[in-house]
Amino acid sequence: MKNAVGRDIPDFLLENGKEVYQGKNYMDGKYMQKVGPRTRRYETPQESKLVDTIADALRQCGAKDGMTFSFHHHLRDGDFVVNMVMKAAIDELGLKDLTIAASSLGSAHDPIADYIEQGKVIGIQTSGIRGRMGQVVSEGKLKTPAIIRSHGGRPRAIEAGEVHIDIAFVGASTSDCVGNSRGIGGKSNCGALGYAMTDAKYADHVVVITDCLVDFPNMPASIEAIDVDAVVVVDSIGNPKKIASAAARISQNPRELMMAEDVVKVIASTPYFKDGFSFQTGAGGPSLAANLFLEKYIDERGIKMGWAIGGITRPMVELLKKGKVGKVIDVQDFDLDAVNSINQTPNHFEMSASQYANPANKGAFVNKLDFVVLAALEIDTGFNVNVLTGSDGVLRGAPGGHPDTAAGSKVCVIVTPLVRGRMATVCEHVVTVTTPGDCVDVLVTDYGIAVNPLRPDLIECLDKAGIPHVTIESLKEKAYSIVGRPDDVQFEDKVVAILEARDGTILDVVRQIKPFTL
Amino acid sequence: MEILKSATAGTLESSDALVTVEPGEGIELELSSSVINQYGRQIRATILETLDRLQVQNARVTVVDKGALDCTLKARVECAVFRSCGKSASNIPWGGVIR
Repeated sequence: MKNAVGRDIPDFLLENGKEVYQGKNYMDGKYMQKVGPRTRRYETPQESKLVDTIADALRQCGAKDGMTFSFHHHLRDGDFVVNMVMKAAIDELGLKDLTIAASSLGSAHDPIADYIEQGKVIGIQTSGIRGRMGQVVSEGKLKTPAIIRSHGGRPRAIEAGEVHIDIAFVGASTSDCVGNSRGIGGKSNCGALGYAMTDAKYADHVVVITDCLVDFPNMPASIEAIDVDAVVVVDSIGNPKKIASAAARISQNPRELMMAEDVVKVIASTPYFKDGFSFQTGAGGPSLAANLFLEKYIDERGIKMGWAIGGITRPMVELLKKGKVGKVIDVQDFDLDAVNSINQTPNHFEMSASQYANPANKGAFVNKLDFVVLAALEIDTGFNVNVLTGSDGVLRGAPGGHPDTAAGSKVCVIVTPLVRGRMATVCEHVVTVTTPGDCVDVLVTDYGIAVNPLRPDLIECLDKAGIPHVTIESLKEKAYSIVGRPDDVQFEDKVVAILEARDGTILDVVRQIKPFTL
Repeated sequence: MEILKSATAGTLESSDALVTVEPGEGIELELSSSVINQYGRQIRATILETLDRLQVQNARVTVVDKGALDCTLKARVECAVFRSCGKSASNIPWGGVIR
């Protein structure tokens, strides 16, 4: 059945009330039943929940074949936790038919590709999928289709019981002996632990894995001991250098700076750019650089930003310290400046993924967002964005909070160069739709700006401010005149991944790659 | 033009291509590309057209493409061919077969 973004969704996926994507805010006003986990009572006072090894923790939690283990991705490319747990479960306990439900997965998890090929891991639910894992899934080697969700779609699915977590694993920078955990104060700090919070509340069992045991009570705790079954101390939960990189340098690339300034000009032309406005930006080159120009425009107008959310990086922390933004609320930290600021700098707070972006709760932060600035691998003439599959059709990205912030915000700006090497970023049809075009408002490229015709109000704003803009079709033609018109990527029939819209409907599917022959 | 010895042109940098030509019988093309799925057909056509324009009838050609635009591909193929028949230092046929 064709959905609202024109993608053909196979009927066999539309069982048990599953629907195809119907457009933005389709589920508004409907009721949902939240599920509760089945948890063990620890009535006899416990001095400590420390167990010696991950394998012991798995046994204590009754780990068995067919279970779903959950993970969070604050340790990013430095993460050791997923690999350690899966190794213990499969190599030591001999478990099989396991499903990994992670907030995201990256190239740090290449070894999991082996477990997929061996048929030990049969399900993957995640936002990001990259590296060897993306490759083997794209080759059709995972037994069930991977389910790709946004950062807001994931807590929605967990709360609705669409994914039942048997054991949640929390990689914590510090924990006390009963499991009060934080992302700071240790040797492998990641800052916020926002993606693990829903897991801890909805999983049957919770295991904290830390490399820095601290005195009880470890407060204020991101993950609370009341939800934790066991605590394991390991040598290292991750490589600190890859967990939080040194602050990304603001781009010196004149092309990126030009695009960044255009983004801010667009923002400043709208009525939402006033004292107390709210803002989120990604961590890409032009998106980061937008912070710089934003400061200039804030000063010129004599206004302040009310609050910012993210994915937080240094430029936002600096704005906070200078008093140019009132509050920063944070689900994940990308660099050391952000890690060292959360819960330390006044008005820098932590939030859960559900509080950040869940479309099914009663008011996530994204719903109050004025502006979001995002990147794209591809954007098509329907303003549909792809941030998941490469030009060869292989899984190598993550929707992350992209669809959530795009849907919730009043103005969603996509900033991207028109072409990257020989790839046309602005194209006729994206390979995979990860953010539907009805949520995307403005496209800023190095060859011009295009406004979604669904937003005549914004077109008027740009016209009034004298900001030139063109149609997205003309940008696509410009791109094709430089790189040539691309052939369609060829796929086999088999569905290897299901791309869920944030509301739980099906936005797109990814099919098995076809070896290319000339 | 006749390929007398093996020669290369280009680099493996992003947006470039490394072209190697060697003596051979007929045209034998081995192509790999970072954008093969979307542009493989066009890249092959560009390379074969360029060889044809240079009147190369016998060559083994290996192209490792890193997303080069057509103009870059043409220039790299031309350069490799000229180097292979000793025409790259002098006597480059500007304005003739080079277009």
